This record gives sequence, C-alpha cells and structure tokens, in this order.
Amino acid sequence: MATKAFQKIYTKIENINKATVTVKAQGVGNDELATVGGKLAQVVRIVGDEITLQVFQGTEGIATNAEVVFHGEPPVLKVSDDLAGRFFDAYGNPLDGGAPIEGEEREIGGPTVNPFKRIQPSELIATGIAGIDLNNTIVSGQKIPFFADPDQPYNQVMADVALRAQADKIILSGMGMTNDDYLYFKNLFENAGVLDRIVCFVNTTENPPVERLLVPDMALTAAEYFAVDKGEKVLVLLTDMTLYADALAIVSNRMDQIPSKDSMPGSLYSDLAKIYEKAVQLPNGGSITIIAVTTLSGGDITHAVPDNTGYITEGQLFLRKDSDTGKVIVDPFRSLSRLKQLVIGKKTREDHPQVMNAAVRLYSDAANAKTKLENGFDLSDYDERALKFAKDYSDKLLAIDINIQIEEMLDTAWKLFAKYFTKSEVAIKAELTDKYWPKNA
Amino acid sequence: MKTKGKVAGITSNMVVVKTFGPVAQNEIATVKLGDERLMAEVIKVVGDNAYIQVFDSTRGLGVGAEVEFEGHMLEATLGPGILSKNYDGLQNDLAEMDSLFIERGSRTAPLDENVLWSFKPLAKSGDKVEAGDWLGEVQEKWIAHKIMVPFAMEGTYTVKSVVGAGDYNINHTVAVLTDAEGVEHPVTMVQRWPVKKAIKAYVSKPRPARILETGVRPIDTFNPIADGGTGFIPGPFGAGKTVLQHAIAKQAEADVIIMIACGERANEVVEIFAEFPRLDDPHTGHKLMERTTIICNTSNMPVASREASVYTGMTIGEYYRAMGLKVLILADSTSRWAQALREMSNRLEELPGQDAFPMDLSAIISNFYARAGLVELRNGATGSVTFLGTVSPAGGNLKEPVTEATQKAARCFYALSQQRADSKRYPAIDPLDSYSKYLEYPEIREYLDGRIEPGWVDLVNKGKTIVQRGKEASEQIDILGDDGVPVEYHDNFWKSELIDFVILQQDAFDAVDANTPLDRQRYMFNLVLDICDRKFDFADFQECTEFYKSLINLMKQLNYSEWESDRFAEYRKKVDELLETKVANA
Repeated sequence: MATKAFQKIYTKIENINKATVTVKAQGVGNDELATVGGKLAQVVRIVGDEITLQVFQGTEGIATNAEVVFHGEPPVLKVSDDLAGRFFDAYGNPLDGGAPIEGEEREIGGPTVNPFKRIQPSELIATGIAGIDLNNTIVSGQKIPFFADPDQPYNQVMADVALRAQADKIILSGMGMTNDDYLYFKNLFENAGVLDRIVCFVNTTENPPVERLLVPDMALTAAEYFAVDKGEKVLVLLTDMTLYADALAIVSNRMDQIPSKDSMPGSLYSDLAKIYEKAVQLPNGGSITIIAVTTLSGGDITHAVPDNTGYITEGQLFLRKDSDTGKVIVDPFRSLSRLKQLVIGKKTREDHPQVMNAAVRLYSDAANAKTKLENGFDLSDYDERALKFAKDYSDKLLAIDINIQIEEMLDTAWKLFAKYFTKSEVAIKAELTDKYWPKNA
Repeated sequence: MKTKGKVAGITSNMVVVKTFGPVAQNEIATVKLGDERLMAEVIKVVGDNAYIQVFDSTRGLGVGAEVEFEGHMLEATLGPGILSKNYDGLQNDLAEMDSLFIERGSRTAPLDENVLWSFKPLAKSGDKVEAGDWLGEVQEKWIAHKIMVPFAMEGTYTVKSVVGAGDYNINHTVAVLTDAEGVEHPVTMVQRWPVKKAIKAYVSKPRPARILETGVRPIDTFNPIADGGTGFIPGPFGAGKTVLQHAIAKQAEADVIIMIACGERANEVVEIFAEFPRLDDPHTGHKLMERTTIICNTSNMPVASREASVYTGMTIGEYYRAMGLKVLILADSTSRWAQALREMSNRLEELPGQDAFPMDLSAIISNFYARAGLVELRNGATGSVTFLGTVSPAGGNLKEPVTEATQKAARCFYALSQQRADSKRYPAIDPLDSYSKYLEYPEIREYLDGRIEPGWVDLVNKGKTIVQRGKEASEQIDILGDDGVPVEYHDNFWKSELIDFVILQQDAFDAVDANTPLDRQRYMFNLVLDICDRKFDFADFQECTEFYKSLINLMKQLNYSEWESDRFAEYRKKVDELLETKVANA
C-alpha cells in the first residue's frame, strides 16, 4: 500500500504499548490506515487530536520518533479478474512473487446486503460426503462451520468439499494457518488443476496474530466482487475462526475493554456475524457460500466461540472419530444444516427426508443399546441388530472418506435397512417403502 | 434553533461531540460526513460533551465534523400503511431502498405519502376528545385502521371539524381540534411517537382474562399464553426457537403480528419474505403478510439500531392496540438486544454487572415487558399487546443474566431443551421446566372453563402429573433395568410417552398437524387422559412396550389426519379396537 505524495509526516509518538501507539495529528478519519515506522497500522480511537493506532505487526522496535504517515483511507483491496489463481497476505500483497493486482479499489468490510434484496437459497451443493449430502445437505448461500477438535482432519475435509462443489470460484481465507497447511492447500489446488478458480488470503502462524483480523474481510471483498459483479457462485473457506476470535480477544484486551465470557470481547457475536452474514444468494444468480472451521477444545461447544458461532451460522458439521469403525465421521446427532429443508426431497429424490430421519433414529437406537450394554443390561435381538446397523451405517455412509452421488447414498441406506430391520421397524411411509425397499431382500 | 456541535472524539460507533447549546438525553443527532448524514442518539452528557452512539459505521469520520441535534428523541412514524411493510430497526422501508447494499446513511420514508386512503369520520364537531380517541378510520388491508388524536396531545380538546368521507393521503388534515385556550390543532393521519416511551392512551390495564390461541399444543394445552400476556422462549442453538416462533406467527389468533428479527440471521427473514405473502391466515383466510409487519435488523446490521428495533416494534404494537386490536409481537432474539446494550455500556466505560452486561439490564428488560398487556380504551373497547421473546442463552445455560432477568419479567416460560431437540422431539418445549403463570389466574381458569370445558385447568395439571410420574419411572428403569422394576413402572413411563408423542410433539412441517385448533386439542387431550386413566393388564414389560408403541403410532396418524375426516374416524376406530384388546383382559 503505497503512501501518497505531499502527506504530512508526524514524528512524535506520545504513547506506545504492546499493540498501539498514540500520536497527535489533525484531519484523521476513523478506521483510516497509517504507516508507523514502516509498519501498517489502523486508527482505532480518536480523542481530540490524540490518535490511537493499532499496529498490526506489534510495536516491537518502534521508537518515539518513528515516522507516522496517514494514508487517508481505510484498508482496501484492488479487485479484478486477475485475482484468480493468486495467493495474498493479509494486506492483499502477493505472496506468490507475482505482480500486484491492478483494478478497482474496494474498501474491505463494506456494507450489508439489504435483506429484502436477498433470494431464498435453493441450490444444493453436492460434496459426495454422505454425512453432509444425506444428513446435512448444504445449500448455496449458506454459512456453515465444521466443529472439530484440533486433531481432526478438518482442513482436508474442507478441501475435498471445495474441490467437489461446483463453484465458479473458491476463496481461501487462512487465519493462523501453519505453514505446512498453507503448502498443503497450495499443492492440492495446483495438482487438482483448479488454480484458475482459486484465490487465497493467508495469515500463517509466522505472521503476527492481529493481522488475521484483515484476512476474512479481504477474502469476502474478493468474494463479493465475483458474486455481485460477475454473478458467479463463490465458495469461501474460512479456517480457523477460533484463531480469528483469539485475535479479537487480544485486541480487545489491549484496548482495555472488559472481557465477557471466556475472555472474549463482548462484541464477539456481532464481530463473527459481520463475517458470516456475507453469505448470500443474490438475485443475479451469484452466491457466496461460507464453509468455516471452528476448532473446539475437547469437543466443548459451550465455549464462547462455538456457542456464538452456532447462533449465527445455519447449522454446523461436527467431526468426530467413531470408535466402532476407527474412521472420522460427521456426527449425525450434533450436526445440523438449517437450510436442508429447502432442497431435500425437492431437489433430491422424494424419499430423502424420510430415509435420512429413519437412519438417524435407528442410529440413535443403537446408541441407546450401547449405553445398555455399558451398564451391564441384556441386549434384545433388536438392540443387537441396531448395533450392527450402526457400524455399517457409520462405515458406508457417515465416514468422511465416502464420495458417492446422493441417489447412491439413498440406495445404500435402503440396503442397510433391509439387511437389519423389518419394514415396520424402519417405519417409513408405505408408498415409499413399496417403491424403494430392495426387492431381493 | 437546533443545537450544533463538533466531533471531538471517536471510539468505534461512539462519538464524543462538543456541543454549543442545550442537548437532551436520548436526543437524536445528525453527523455530517461528506455528503452522508449519519443518525445518532445521545447516550451520555458530561459538561459540554455529548456522547452519541451512531446508528451506522463511523469509518472515515474525523474530529471537527459538524453535528446537529434534532430536538426530539428517536421516533416511530405511525399511520396507515404500516402493515406488510419490512422495516429496519429505525423504521426505514427496506423495500424502497434501491441498491443491493444498504449504503451508509440511506433513509427511506416509513409510509407512502402518495397512497390515498378512504377515510370515514367517527367523531363529529363539538365532541370532547383526548389523546388516543378515534376521530375516523380508513381501511388498511382488512383492518379498520383508526385515525386517533395524537398521543402526544395532552389534556382535553374539542373537535372543531372533521373532514367528510373521502380519499385522502396521510398528510391531509382530517380534523381540527381546539384546546382550552382556543388554539386550533390540525390533525393528519400520521403522528410521531418516541419509541422508548410507552403509549399510555388508555383508561386501565386489567389483568389478562383470555388466552391467545396459537394452535401449538404444548403451549395452548399445557402452558397457555394470555391475550395481553408475556412469555419467553430460551433455548440453545438448534433447539428450534425460530421454527416455533414462525409457527406461532403463522397461526396465532391475532389481528396484527409484528415480527422483530433482532440481530438474527438474514436468511431466516428471507424465509418470512418468501413464505408469508403466499400463506393464508387460518383465522381470516387473508394472506399472512397482510397482518404482518417485519422489523428486521439482522446480526450484521449496526448494533445501535438493533437496540432501537425492539422499541420500534413495541411502539407500532401499542399504536395498533390503541385501535382496539389484538397485537402479537414476536422478538427473536432479545439476547442480541441485551448484547447491544452491553457493547454500548462497555464503550461508555460503565462498571459492568454479571458477564459484563450493564447493571440495569434487569430493569431495562422488565420495563420493556411491562409495555405489553391488555388495555381498556376510553370508548370501552379493549386492545392487547402479547409479547413473546426468544432468549439465546450462552452455552444453553439458563443461569445467565439475560435469561434470569427475563424470567422475572415474563409470565410464561417455554424452556427448549437440548435433550428433546437431540432426540428430535419437536417442539422441544420441556413439559416440566416450562410454566404459565396464567394457569393460576382465577379469571383465566374461569375463561377456560367456558371456552374449552369445565375443570380444564385441573385436567391440565393432571396431565403434568402423569408426565412427572413417567419421568420418575423412566429414571428408575434406567437404574434398575427393564426387568428390575414392576411392569407398572413401564406402564407409567409409557403413559407419559403417550402424552409426549400425541400432545407435546407436533410436526411444524405437516399441513394438518402444524396447527391444532382448541376444539381439537380438547378432544385429543381428553382422549389421551382417558387412556391414562385406564388400567391395563400386561404380562411383562415387552407386551406393555409393544402395546403403547402401536397405540402411539395410531394416535400420531390421528394427529396427521384432517379433523373429523373419514381417515380420522378410521384411525379413531383402530385406537378403540386396540384398546379393546387390553381392556378385555383387565
């Protein structure tokens, strides 16, 4: 971000703490960017002529006589079709050695889409993973996170989803990503030959954490360019939102704000919502779908970050390791897609809703049987069959290594029903059972 | 002369303004930023400095920007044309905004000035009138929208003239009133009212004496909400708060519905935009949208106007109540409103209360809930505002400030339980934790005796006892095992399951089951209680389980069948046949 000519340079910093500096200056706008001793900073508070600047990279080494130059504008991203295939840092500077992007400057973190101009999402996004497509179908314009413990392969699952989804553009927003994961995504996209559809904004663990705060806004500004201006279907991947929230907490702490639950800032809900609500189905056919990752600590979804996220997003996909099969599955109980009602049985086969519910119900019977077994009670014949079904269901449908079409998922479910249960135990509407119950069973 | 000021400091959306004249607490101010005009509200005054919260982003704002104080508080514009509008928290008409994005500082008029309304006078010259009295009426959708003496006019006035029947726009003078000093006051169809003040144009606020039918069985049968009552729905995410609120909005027997989407998902509002214009009101057959006004301040819209949105909704509700109408206000979610209060309190550097919420949170919530209620108007008519808010407790834990403060203020409590939601028992209203204080009101008991059947509340309490007993039995069974308890325990357990599956669970996505009128609720509840009264003879717990499973399945089919249809009769017969098989052995 080049500074403009004839700007006034200030050289007397009044206060310095770990994250902010204060300088006396005139004619400064709120949220405006500045350079402090060569480091990028943003105006966060104005009291008379005292301007407080948050230095993204931290204030280490900044001297009281460091040069402060105000840019006269908030953070911007230059947008054009040239964004495709490129990798950027948190400020929108190329990481891949390529030339900077030429294009229209857009302020990041721009205004909200008028809710009245939105369209109800109705387009199914197929991922091939039955734990998602069958039980928690994702719809374009939806926002949904993976809830996963740090040891789960969430980035791999998300990459699979991204590559299989029929998106025009995939925009990766990496916050606090390890360099290894960054290279994983980079190689994967290169090898899959989809680079022309990818845009990446990455803050790795090697970069200062406060920089992360810019990354999702950068990614979503690019997403809005492709969705709004070009009418494209854009998929935005945000990983990891828990690390983003950590950065929010750091800043709020250094600004002397009173922390609320789990040391998170009181504005956490609004801060997260501002990002997630960029997911939208537009009247021009373009859409922004957000798939995020929220890492949990020991599966605890009551922590402020997953808790607030759950209230904002349209469901969540809960990854856990299944002890029966040793595979990672999408937990059918704790996962939910709030928008699935808009497509299942409408855009998919008529038996989809009933098959989905029956399978989850039988799986829950198996969970009860398991509790009985653990408590030392005898199992009935039904319990035994439910347990066997659960193992098969987990292996053939819930596991994340599945990649099949939705029709095949439904057929598989019917086969499993017939293998272990009677028609009345499955209790699906007679018309559907007559039509889809395997004939040779 | 408006007071002027200049911006002296900025922290996020809180701006300090050096003022050059008098300012009032909660006064509205306009901040000039280039060509844009940002609206703000005074929230604190210290010496010459006014602290204002800006209802928009303050990006780019600098010290020295001009501010003008408007001389009034945040006001709602009240007049014909509010129904079926979609407003933001500050009553801007969202449908009238041109661009895809809500540009900063964009304002649209709440009411259309070009529409002509067919006015019919109700008052005549010489009448003595006070604030809220009806001067005339216009037909708004299918509601007789009363044109009233503006609420802000204090004292008694004499009607000098009222225009004759005819078509006028909202700004046309429809009446002239004379005050005690002989000064004339022209009255149009529009008036303004500060949203944070309750409209008190009524004679008395009696205790509610009727229930508001919602068609939702666990509410109407088990814990009814009064017409003019208050209730709240706390629940963790995914427990079905929104689905339940939408069901109530669709079915409730109210004249006007105001839905306040306060800091929630935009796609949920889009669902209302998409569905309500298509769906019929089950009580009048008109389109649902015709009786609905949406106040929509989704989670990504400015926090300050989120706080305003609940007040804007309440004020519009009180306005229609003053016309003698039944108004139902649904707010999703009041926790987001409380969070908006917390953010501002934090910026004001007030000493925090529990979980960093402001100390007076409880008082603010109580004051707000107190604005609901049944009122008797000066002309003898009654109107009501029923308020039902959702609460989104952090981590689903009900021991948090917003839930606790709301519990003190609201009379009905519909606890959504994670456990019920996990086992797909919807609506996930916990039958034992939830309560309705109205069941204790003698006037409500009396009303239900007449409206449903004599002794109804006793039946309800009996049903609750059966559920309670079933829960205890189930705990025993879990500890001692299926074989370790007498069959009677299983019988008790399954009787409570029968109530659960047939009365408490309801399929909001099924055309028939979604809405159960009171008559049908009476019938089904009596049928279920009658079965619970019977003594069955089971050889072992498996026989008991089998029997009740079949019974529940049949009764559910009954719920899915059109009321008094052949299919209904058929399943009813099957239920009897099944019961016969066991009664014979008894």
